[in-house]
Amino acid sequence: MEQIWEFRSILLQGMLWSIAVAVSSLMLSVILGLIGAWGKLSSNSTANRLANMYTTVVRGVPDLVLMLLIFYGGQQTLNHIGQSTGLWGYIEIGQFTASVSTIGLIFGAYMTETFRGAIIAIPQGQREAGIACGMSKVLIFKRIIFPQMLQIALPSFTNNWLVLIKTTSLVSVLGLQELTYVSKAIGLKYQSPFTFLIFAFFAYLILTMISELIFYFLNRKNRMVSRGI
Amino acid sequence: MAQITPALVVQDIYKNFGSLDVLKGVSLTANQGDVISILGASGSGKSTFLRCINLLETPSSGSISVNGEEIQMKKNRAGLLVPENIRQVERIRTNLAMVFQGFHLWSHMTILENIIEGPVHILGKNKAEATEEAHSLLEKVGIYDRSDYYPNHLSGGQQQRVAIARALAMNPKVMLFDEPTSALDPELVGEVLTVMRDLAEEGRTMVVVTHEMGFARDVSNRCIFLHEGRIEEQGLSKDIFMYQKSKRFQQFLNSTNN
Repeated sequence: MEQIWEFRSILLQGMLWSIAVAVSSLMLSVILGLIGAWGKLSSNSTANRLANMYTTVVRGVPDLVLMLLIFYGGQQTLNHIGQSTGLWGYIEIGQFTASVSTIGLIFGAYMTETFRGAIIAIPQGQREAGIACGMSKVLIFKRIIFPQMLQIALPSFTNNWLVLIKTTSLVSVLGLQELTYVSKAIGLKYQSPFTFLIFAFFAYLILTMISELIFYFLNRKNRMVSRGI
Repeated sequence: MAQITPALVVQDIYKNFGSLDVLKGVSLTANQGDVISILGASGSGKSTFLRCINLLETPSSGSISVNGEEIQMKKNRAGLLVPENIRQVERIRTNLAMVFQGFHLWSHMTILENIIEGPVHILGKNKAEATEEAHSLLEKVGIYDRSDYYPNHLSGGQQQRVAIARALAMNPKVMLFDEPTSALDPELVGEVLTVMRDLAEEGRTMVVVTHEMGFARDVSNRCIFLHEGRIEEQGLSKDIFMYQKSKRFQQFLNSTNN
C-alpha cells in the first residue's frame, strides 16, 4: 500500500492518460459511427460499399494489429507521400494521436452498427408523421430521428464504451504512459508487479463502474419515456 | 355565381407498385367545408389514394392542387414522376395535415411538445403562443392535465385525439384521416368519432378513409366508394346510403352491416 502511495502521482497521471485516450477515442468513434451509419443506410451505392468495407475490415482484424500498423506503418506511409509529393515535411505520429486514431477507428465501426441498428428500429410512422406535416429531411433528422436514435442506441452504446475503456490498455504497447503501462513498469522495476497490477485492476473497475452507474440512470430515464412506466 | 377555389382538387391519379396497378384514375374535389368519406374493401386502394394526396406516395400520374396551387411535378430520368421543388411540396403539406391509423405521435416528446413541434419548427411561431394554442386545442379534443405525459402513457383513443390536436395546430386547409379508428379498441372508437364530428360541424374540410359507416352516412356530406383502384360509386351521403347503383357497393354495405 505504501508503495502505491509513494507513486501516486505517476499512477494518477497514468489514469488521466487512460481517460484522455478513452474520451478522445469515443468522440472520434461517434463521428465515424454517424458517418458510417449514414453510409450504410444511404441510397448512394458508393457510400454503401465504403461503409460496408470499413466495418468488415475493422471488425475482422485484431485491435493490436491495427494499432501497430497505424503507429508504425501510418507514419512511414505519411512521410512517403509527403516526400514524393513535397506537400509536407517530416511528420511524426505521436503515441497519443496513434492511440486515439486507432481506437476511434475501431470503435467507429462498432458505433456504425449501433447507430444503424437504432435508426432502423425507429418505426416508419415517426418519420411519416414528420413528412406529412411538412418537415424537411434535415428537420426530420434533427428533431425526430437523431433523438430517438440516441435513446435506442444507449444500451449498445454503453457496452461499446465499457469495451473501449478496456481497450485503451492495449496502447501501452505503443509506449504511451497510461495506467497499464505505468503499473507494469513500476511494478517490474520495484519487483512488486502484483501490487501495482492489482491497483490497475481496481482502477479500471472503478472507471467502468462509474460509467455503468451514469448510463444506468440515463437508461432508466429513457425507459420511463418509451414504456410509459 | 362567384368562382370559389376548391380546397382540394385531385385529378386522375394513377399509381402502380411495379406491375401492380393500385389506382387507375381516381379524382376528387373537396370544396371548403366538405367532409368526404372514402370507402372500400381492403386492397381497393383507398389508403394509397389518401397517401398520394400529400405525396407520402408519389403517384405515377395525375395532379394535385391545394387551395388553387398545383403541386409541380416532373419526370425523372427513369420516367417516374417526382416533385419539381421539394420546398413547394413541404409548404403545401403544412396545409394538408394527416391523422394516421397508428397515431404516430413522436414518442420522445411529451404531448405538449408533439403539438407545438410543427407550429414552432415549421411555421416559425413563437413558443409561448404555440403553447397557449396547444392547451386550447387539447381542451377541444377533451384531453385535460396530460400535456406533460409521453404518448405511451395514454390510451389509444387519447393518443388519436392528441394526434388530431397536433394536426389542427398546423391550421390546415384540409385534414386527411387514414382509418383513424381502425387501430382502436371498440370502446375507444366513439371518443375519436365525437371529436371528428365536432370538426365537421365547425366547417373543417376533411377527407376520411374509414370503415365507420355511421360516420360516413351521418357526418360526411359526400362518399366515394373505391373498388380495385377505381371509383365505383360516389355521391351525396344522404342519397348513396338510400340507393346504390353499383351492385358491388350494395354488397359492400350489406357485408359491413353484419
